[in-house]
Amino acid sequence: MKIDMSYGSGGKQTGDLINRVFLKHFHNKTLNRLEDAAVVSLEGKIAYTTDSFVVNPLFFRGGNIGKLAVCGTVNDLSMMGAIPRYLTAGFIIEEGTELETIDKIAHTMALAAKEAGVKIVAGDTKVVEGNGGVYINTSGIGEVKKGGISISGCKPGDAVILSGNLGEHHAAILSHRMGIENQISSDCAPLTSIVQNLLDSKIRVHCMRDVTRGGLATVLNEAADQSSCRIEIWEEDLPVSKEVKGLCGILGLDPLYMANEGKMIVVVPDNQAQKALKAVQCSKYGANARIIGTIREGDGVVMKTRLKGLRSIDLLYGEGLPRIC
Amino acid sequence: MKIQEVIDELKTYDGKPVKIMEVCGTHTSSIFKNGIRSMISPSIQLISGPGCPVCVTPASYIDRLTDFSLKKDHCVLTFGDMMKVKGSSMSLTEAKAIGGNIKVLYSPFMALKEAQEHENIQYLFAAVGFETTAPIYALMLNEMQQKKITNLKLFTSIKTIVPALSYICEKEKNIDAFLSPGHVSVITGAESYRELAETYRKPFVIAGFEGEQILAAVYEIMHQLKSGQYKVKNMYAGAVKEKGNEKARALLQQYFEQRDDFWRGIGIIKNSALKLKKEYEIYDGGSCIHEEREEMPEGCKCTDIILGRKTPGECPLFKTVCTPLHAVGPCMVSSEGACGIWYQYSGKESYIDYEN
Amino acid sequence: MCVAIPGKVLDIRESYASVNVMDNMIDVNIKLVDAQIGDYVLIHAGCAIEVINGDTAHDILSLLSELQEVRYEDSGSDR
Repeated sequence: MKIDMSYGSGGKQTGDLINRVFLKHFHNKTLNRLEDAAVVSLEGKIAYTTDSFVVNPLFFRGGNIGKLAVCGTVNDLSMMGAIPRYLTAGFIIEEGTELETIDKIAHTMALAAKEAGVKIVAGDTKVVEGNGGVYINTSGIGEVKKGGISISGCKPGDAVILSGNLGEHHAAILSHRMGIENQISSDCAPLTSIVQNLLDSKIRVHCMRDVTRGGLATVLNEAADQSSCRIEIWEEDLPVSKEVKGLCGILGLDPLYMANEGKMIVVVPDNQAQKALKAVQCSKYGANARIIGTIREGDGVVMKTRLKGLRSIDLLYGEGLPRIC
Repeated sequence: MKIQEVIDELKTYDGKPVKIMEVCGTHTSSIFKNGIRSMISPSIQLISGPGCPVCVTPASYIDRLTDFSLKKDHCVLTFGDMMKVKGSSMSLTEAKAIGGNIKVLYSPFMALKEAQEHENIQYLFAAVGFETTAPIYALMLNEMQQKKITNLKLFTSIKTIVPALSYICEKEKNIDAFLSPGHVSVITGAESYRELAETYRKPFVIAGFEGEQILAAVYEIMHQLKSGQYKVKNMYAGAVKEKGNEKARALLQQYFEQRDDFWRGIGIIKNSALKLKKEYEIYDGGSCIHEEREEMPEGCKCTDIILGRKTPGECPLFKTVCTPLHAVGPCMVSSEGACGIWYQYSGKESYIDYEN
Repeated sequence: MCVAIPGKVLDIRESYASVNVMDNMIDVNIKLVDAQIGDYVLIHAGCAIEVINGDTAHDILSLLSELQEVRYEDSGSDR
């Protein structure tokens, strides 16, 4: 069955959509009341964020737009040292979308939310003209367990840890769009377990940031800029899978600039680097973590290359597109 | 020799300053990605010539593409390289934003499938490139003929590098040697540089794209210069033959003819383009009409940069008004252009304490 | 100027081959080369442009060993 404009009318069909899809998957005490707003309890300082998701294709190996929408917001909260508690979800659905598509997306969202330990407590649906597109906005709220973690918190001497392989989300999407056959799967995942383990191990985390659009290069530039320091990374220690390297070769792309959806960097004092690395490696989605670099005085991001040359790593300009030259 | 010995040699060179031009954007990119400038003596200057087909393509070419993409039931097919390049009013990315129908492909053969699947749409393929890509367009045409595909045309801007090298050798006496492009040479063969090397008495060394391969080629050039030699040396022998890929060269002969062409930032270079022969006119999406000369933007030093007289850092517009998001000159428009690459990768190496 | 990458030919159907590029399978036109199953080809824009040995590491080693020879004849080999 296809969704048409009547599903956004606020009448019977809207109610059907809510009951038959969203309540079925997301049900919890707060949401089930269907009040105008969710009323929830929280302790201490809270972290609060929002993000919108417009990925095309909606489904890809390793996830779909729904999983991204939950993990993206959960991860943003986690990066502030917060334990994510509640999410809201707004759906903008183009007419012509199969009801089954929305059902699948909602099902994945429920699974991801469960894994991340959050509840989806409020939502909204709008139907617009179009042809089968789906857009999701999620906002999230979490309790801050360790304050003072900041993108401006890097200090000279600190170690930089990356939680796993680069570029896998972007590579999965591009493989799909370009019709290249491989086993690359999006790394889309909640980073809650890694953060929980870091906090439990009493690591003095200076900075955490998830590696998303713009890739590692962009995140590191933001950190270097905000912390007024230089970040040096080591090419030989950067984890990139063989398949992603091959895909990058075919399409002329650089894994440093490719998006992830389930990776993060952690910046910690040098004397805690090994302990922090272990904590990340023992976590779900952190097995392939590495210490990839160090913080120095100065500015910008540089990479010591395989041949021990130095390369400056700037921000990504424009969209990373397949190229021949 | 070990690679470290090569690096040590190049690092400690303190003879007279040497200028080596690379004319392949992928070499330029690899030089930055490997940090090669930081590994060799500042007296060995690596400069970037006109190695990016996108950069030397005139603005009017982009204009034709954007116009086409905005027509009803028309679609432009292109490599990602072209998307960010500014025409006189907008780039393909901007055209797409206002409803232009543009698809990014990584292979010309994907265009055939696209055209067959949507017979009601007129397609224009932005066929840019150098000798490496040109034979692939010839194969594409061949398949279009066989499959009787009529809703797809090529809009060519295909340049040839040997005439450009010849032009640079003629105009610029201050370049000591050339790093010859690896993948162009796969098609054209090592022999294509022999006459240039003899005439202008300069070393032409063909290199692969790994850091080691480029370093070894630079070492070879330094050796030749030191001993007064000017040989064509093929250091990418795993892929490049003396006569190149003869099948590909035959196809080029069959489908294309040489003509003079305008290079953005340089001007007209004799016999430097490949144009479809008259008998294949029906597959040509109007390629022959972009012959105008363009004025370079005021203050822009791209001409000097493409010809190796200046580095991007010496242009007053570089990083001030001219950036990848607001490219003034042609070398900034593509991530493979000399300025685009310098912007992305350079600037911070100079004041790094380098330790081994 | 031209991005190209090596891959191994797995299967050939007329003018096209299925090629493995570090575990990515792509369809590649092979009309410019005489490629057999098992060969390595250099691929540019979806087309094989040359048959190669496929072992860059080996190429680099032999390149470097060649440099040594250059160095030996260094003294007085002026042309």
